[in-house]
Amino acid sequence: MSDVVLRVEDLHKRYGREEVLRGVSFTVRRGEVKVILGPSGTGKSTLLRCITRLTEPDRGRVWLEDVEVTGRGVDLNRVRASIGFVFQDFNLFTHLTALDNVRIGLLKVKKLPKDRATRIAMEQLERVGLAHKAAAYPAELSGGQQQRVAIARALAMQPKLMLFDEPTSALDPELTGEVLDVMTQLARDGMTMVVVSHEVGFARAAADELIFMEGGRIVEQGPPEALFTRPQHPRTAQFLKKITALYEGGGALKDER
Amino acid sequence: MDVEGLLILVKSLPALLQATLVNLGLLLGLISLGFVVGVPIALLQVYGPAPLRGLALAWEGFFRGVPALVLLILFAYLPPKLGWGLEPFTAAVLALGCRSSAYQSQIFRGAIQAIPQGQMLAARALGMSRWLAVRSIILPQALRLAIPGWSNEFSSVIKDTTLASAIGVVEVFKRASFIYQRYYELAMPAYLTVALIFLILTYGGNWLLGRLERRLAVPGFQLRGADARTQAQAQAQAQARASTPAEVAR
Amino acid sequence: MIPWEELEPLRLGSLKFDPAWLPQLGRGLLTTLEITALCIALGAVLGLTLAVLRVYGRGPLYWLSSLYVQFFRGTPLLVQLFMVYYGLPSWGIVLSPFASSVLALGLNTAAYQAEYFRGAIQAIPQGQMLAARALGMSRWLAVRSIILPQALRLVIPPWSNELILMLKYSSIVYFVTLMDLMGTAKRIAASNFRNVEVFLLVALIYLGLVVAISALLRRLERRVRVPGLGGGAEAEAHH
Repeated sequence: MSDVVLRVEDLHKRYGREEVLRGVSFTVRRGEVKVILGPSGTGKSTLLRCITRLTEPDRGRVWLEDVEVTGRGVDLNRVRASIGFVFQDFNLFTHLTALDNVRIGLLKVKKLPKDRATRIAMEQLERVGLAHKAAAYPAELSGGQQQRVAIARALAMQPKLMLFDEPTSALDPELTGEVLDVMTQLARDGMTMVVVSHEVGFARAAADELIFMEGGRIVEQGPPEALFTRPQHPRTAQFLKKITALYEGGGALKDER
Repeated sequence: MDVEGLLILVKSLPALLQATLVNLGLLLGLISLGFVVGVPIALLQVYGPAPLRGLALAWEGFFRGVPALVLLILFAYLPPKLGWGLEPFTAAVLALGCRSSAYQSQIFRGAIQAIPQGQMLAARALGMSRWLAVRSIILPQALRLAIPGWSNEFSSVIKDTTLASAIGVVEVFKRASFIYQRYYELAMPAYLTVALIFLILTYGGNWLLGRLERRLAVPGFQLRGADARTQAQAQAQAQARASTPAEVAR
Repeated sequence: MIPWEELEPLRLGSLKFDPAWLPQLGRGLLTTLEITALCIALGAVLGLTLAVLRVYGRGPLYWLSSLYVQFFRGTPLLVQLFMVYYGLPSWGIVLSPFASSVLALGLNTAAYQAEYFRGAIQAIPQGQMLAARALGMSRWLAVRSIILPQALRLVIPPWSNELILMLKYSSIVYFVTLMDLMGTAKRIAASNFRNVEVFLLVALIYLGLVVAISALLRRLERRVRVPGLGGGAEAEAHH
């Protein structure tokens, strides 16, 4: 199908004796937002990293549109340049200003001329509401601001797909809002997104589909309301009940890993 | 020391200062060579494939394990044997430069390893090749972190340039020895003068490097990140100590 | 006894290694080890004193010890050795090459060791001194019985380096005609012009020594480790 952006087929990954992914498959269509939930240590982060082969999967295939990411001779750097990746701990480049962080991929990977790169970078900083912090270094920004710059950095590459790996779990509760706002807006703008997160509010507001993972497998998937109101699997019910209580009760559950 | 002795010493001062230029020349040559070789050695040790990594570790082990004087003599005699005549000065730069590369690689390796893994990960996620990520993300940070250790190396090797006299390089120590060979009673004042010259060079050099460090400092590393920065440095130092302890040359 | 003199030379291409060198180099090695051990010991005693003065001393005691450290760290060891061997006689102090070497190297390493000791002393949390004083210990007693026993354990890693460093730097004593490993090698090479072979062999001997001593010192470090003091995650109870 032409509007499938990402197709993941039967991904397997083991670290030593521990099987982290045991055959994960799903597809994401253009403009779709999928939120992946599940207890910690169930391979959600590994799954995202395997999609761009930042972690090499042991088995299984991944397609980005019609390019097989797991195929032989694929230009991985090109693939990665077209998938935005947002990390749990931001990973802004410490020695570069916010502007330079957003610009560096455009300059060094896409090899755009400096003035164009600067213009695009400023637009993206504007989009996340941080144009006024362009000259600040990461250490001069709050965690929420850093994560917004990281999102701008990924957006600047004009990705076909954005992957978010627990983007708010390293943030203090009062800072998660600004990041979730940016993400919600992105979803409304039609960005194709795969988000690993326990933010129930965001999942309900922005997700087209929830994927519940446990033990390296997808246990259940479906529209958020369906999953929240009548989960098919007892494990899903149990887990969703727990995080709903924690998150909507105002408690900040951080995915301990 | 009488007035006559003082006069002789004062008269030989220009020659001593001129010979100091030879030490500075040696220093410049060996520290540059050590840098140019040391950075790739460190990169190979961290990112290289197994055989090259082993080679880089062996290089470091050899040049750190053998005394400078033995290296100097090997570099003075081995190349001619292979049909490659070398000036003593060149041999000294090569010997001390290779030695410094071993120490510098240790400094840079510690700094590279102190950069959080996420930096490489984020760079690769942007589509950078490994080599591009090393060049544009890892090295610019690592080189900044390495400055304190590097300054240390700088003020250490300057003192070691006197060892080049062992293979016939006429630098300031050798020049001072000429004085005492003619005026036996001037040994102490002559060597004290050399000592003074080195005190000025060492502490002057340290001061200059301190300024350089402040100039190159990234605001982010200093302001809110003051803790992060000292942490990173402490980490770099701890790692340098843990893996291959930092040594100080004389 | 191995009849070294009668063994066939080892040939590698145009290189020729003569086993007859080995007994001579062995005697030189002994001198090297002697000098290293003595200068390290002298340096430890003097260095510890200097460190205590720099941390707890006041007035002239403080700045004289600081001056000492700065002077010996700021000038080449070779120059220091020549000041002792060639300079001191003009002040009426004549020392043998051996004594000059031990003295010069010892004075030099004292300055470096002082810095390691000082760093270690200052790394001991203030609370240790406070608690000792609260028990009624005098300052000096607290330094001796509480601070130093901790600091000395912390200082082992840098101190190990210093030992290895001095082993290598002891090679400069051949400048004052001492027949250590380096001096012996020089003499052998002067008689047969086999500089490359002799010094390759000497390089290997030094390398072997450095590796062996490092390994030994690492064992020592593990043996005296105390849980919770330095050593980080590896620190474990050791009985």
